[in-house]
Amino acid sequence: MTNQNGRFGIHGGQYIPETLMNAVIELERAYNYYKEDPDFNRELTGLFNDYAGRPSRLYFAEKMTKDLGGPKIYLKREDLNHTGAHKINNVLGQALLAKKMGKTRLIAETGAGQHGVATATAAALMGMECVVFMGEEDTIRQALNVYRMRLLGAEVIPVKSGTKTLKDAVSEAMREWTSRISDTHYCLGSVMGPHPFPTIVRDFQAVISKEIKQQLLDKEGRLPDAVLACVGGGSNAIGTFYHFINDPSVRLIGCEAAGRGIDTWETAATISTGKLGIFHGMKSYFCQDKYGQIAPVYSISAGLDYPGIGPEHAHLHDIGRAEYVPVTDEEAVNAFEYLAKTEGIIPAIESAHAVAHAMKLAKEMTKEQIMVITISGRGDKDCAAIARYRGEDLHE
Amino acid sequence: MSKIQNAFKNGKAFIPFITCGDPDLATTAAVVRSAVAAGADLIELGIPFSDPTAEGPVIQAANLRALSGNVTTDSIFELVRELRKDITIPFVFMTYANVVFSYGSERFISTCKEIGIDGIILPDIPFEEKEEFLPLCTRYDVDLISMIAPTSKDRIAMIAKEATGFIYLVSSLGVTGVRSEITTDLASIVEVIRANTSVPCAIGFGISTPKQAAKMAGISNGAIVGSAIIKLLEAHGTDAPRHIGDYVKSMKDALLPL
Repeated sequence: MTNQNGRFGIHGGQYIPETLMNAVIELERAYNYYKEDPDFNRELTGLFNDYAGRPSRLYFAEKMTKDLGGPKIYLKREDLNHTGAHKINNVLGQALLAKKMGKTRLIAETGAGQHGVATATAAALMGMECVVFMGEEDTIRQALNVYRMRLLGAEVIPVKSGTKTLKDAVSEAMREWTSRISDTHYCLGSVMGPHPFPTIVRDFQAVISKEIKQQLLDKEGRLPDAVLACVGGGSNAIGTFYHFINDPSVRLIGCEAAGRGIDTWETAATISTGKLGIFHGMKSYFCQDKYGQIAPVYSISAGLDYPGIGPEHAHLHDIGRAEYVPVTDEEAVNAFEYLAKTEGIIPAIESAHAVAHAMKLAKEMTKEQIMVITISGRGDKDCAAIARYRGEDLHE
Repeated sequence: MSKIQNAFKNGKAFIPFITCGDPDLATTAAVVRSAVAAGADLIELGIPFSDPTAEGPVIQAANLRALSGNVTTDSIFELVRELRKDITIPFVFMTYANVVFSYGSERFISTCKEIGIDGIILPDIPFEEKEEFLPLCTRYDVDLISMIAPTSKDRIAMIAKEATGFIYLVSSLGVTGVRSEITTDLASIVEVIRANTSVPCAIGFGISTPKQAAKMAGISNGAIVGSAIIKLLEAHGTDAPRHIGDYVKSMKDALLPL
């Protein structure tokens, strides 16, 4: 679905400083070579299966199904992966690729800390140096993940510029990459940024939908009617959608963080409130003001607190292939608590956005239908923040 | 012919960069007038952007100061209209792609032509993406300035061949900001540029002292200075124009014997 210049319809591209152009060209060449290389693929599959614990389970949520009275609900358990989220899929791929390219140092941005932890993990595993940029605000919201990254040997740099959240962490990682390219790979955590990142990250995350398809064929002998995932930049969502894009009977639904509501300024729902723009290396939709200044977005979820969306999602939206819906903080927190009590699964607050929309959508679907929700990560990291949201005085 | 060429007629060019609206537009106007009086050959006017990914901490802070004072693309157009009443040296805008794109690319670029902006520098538009704005820039006779970096290598000739106005040669890896030493072998990059175009080439990123400016202009056609000037604004605020005038004079004086 990628064109020659890394375009998805009108979206994507390579809007980056000249200093980085040879680096992304080199990355693209290396990726095109290694993705066809049997040794690389054997090694990566080995890491996926033996280290990360793939394939992840496709779990029939029977109690939730009964309780909601609608379609059969399956949960794709990316939360059971090593490091507790889907992020490890992309990171193992990129770290292995970087190593083959002779790079010895990984840098990364992180929002909730899941991608930072995954990158620090892969760096430890492969004996690489690791530096993670994290908005100062997020280092406070996700203090435990900061400690985990340090424990894994990474240096965590709190980013004090701008809104001190994910977008500023991305900007700072890009700045760092322009100053040190020869030994450093920028391990971007989502399907965003300049080409070839949206394609590389999507390909490494596509294992999610590849497995869902096979697992559901084994269990039910058919395709799902809808697949749902939360969307910030959109990596677990594109991973969930990818192998169903050419199956028009499967609804693809991305759940964006509406924060306090899409009619407020405190939102991060890009498709609902953003407009076309150019930022962080790509053309896509962004939350911005009329002069193109990027909006200071908000969500209870640090991982969805980003003012843009990956270019392939923007394209799937344009052509009407995928649907994007806003989910508020309150709805996500309710779903977080619901899944814990109903199925004994505490999802990441990011993933809870998808669960929340599934709870609404279930009412419109029939018992004969099947819905798959990707639980992109585990919710341990969010417990203290959700407790505080509910008025409890709990601190880590 | 591009009006930007005029900046390179009086020997080596000195090109100061100023973030418009830092701390307010009246100060920006006074700084521009004072820099012109002190011998600046071309002025780079920065339109602030919320997330300037090619800038170091000094210019990032200037962008945020300007935006917190509610400066907008429209109020900066007004500033330029005002300055053009008495200033004739070339002006270029330096900003980010989204500022141009969100305004409406044609509306932005045609306004540049109308108010007397001679070129646009967009650090997030590399050669591969220049079609985004180049057809409009050509139509409205505004130069889209090409940048070449220490990592450009096999790309230098391709970029130089299609460059117009002037070439912005980035002295070092990384973002804008003062550097004590510039170690890139810039002379050999300039040699490749020269073999491919007669468009002038000015060096920027990291230059702050007259000695550095003389060295950089010595191997090219001029020196661009941003962060060192923004630091004067940071230190002196509305009183900065006088200090910046003195500074520009010391820099231009260093280039005169070359």
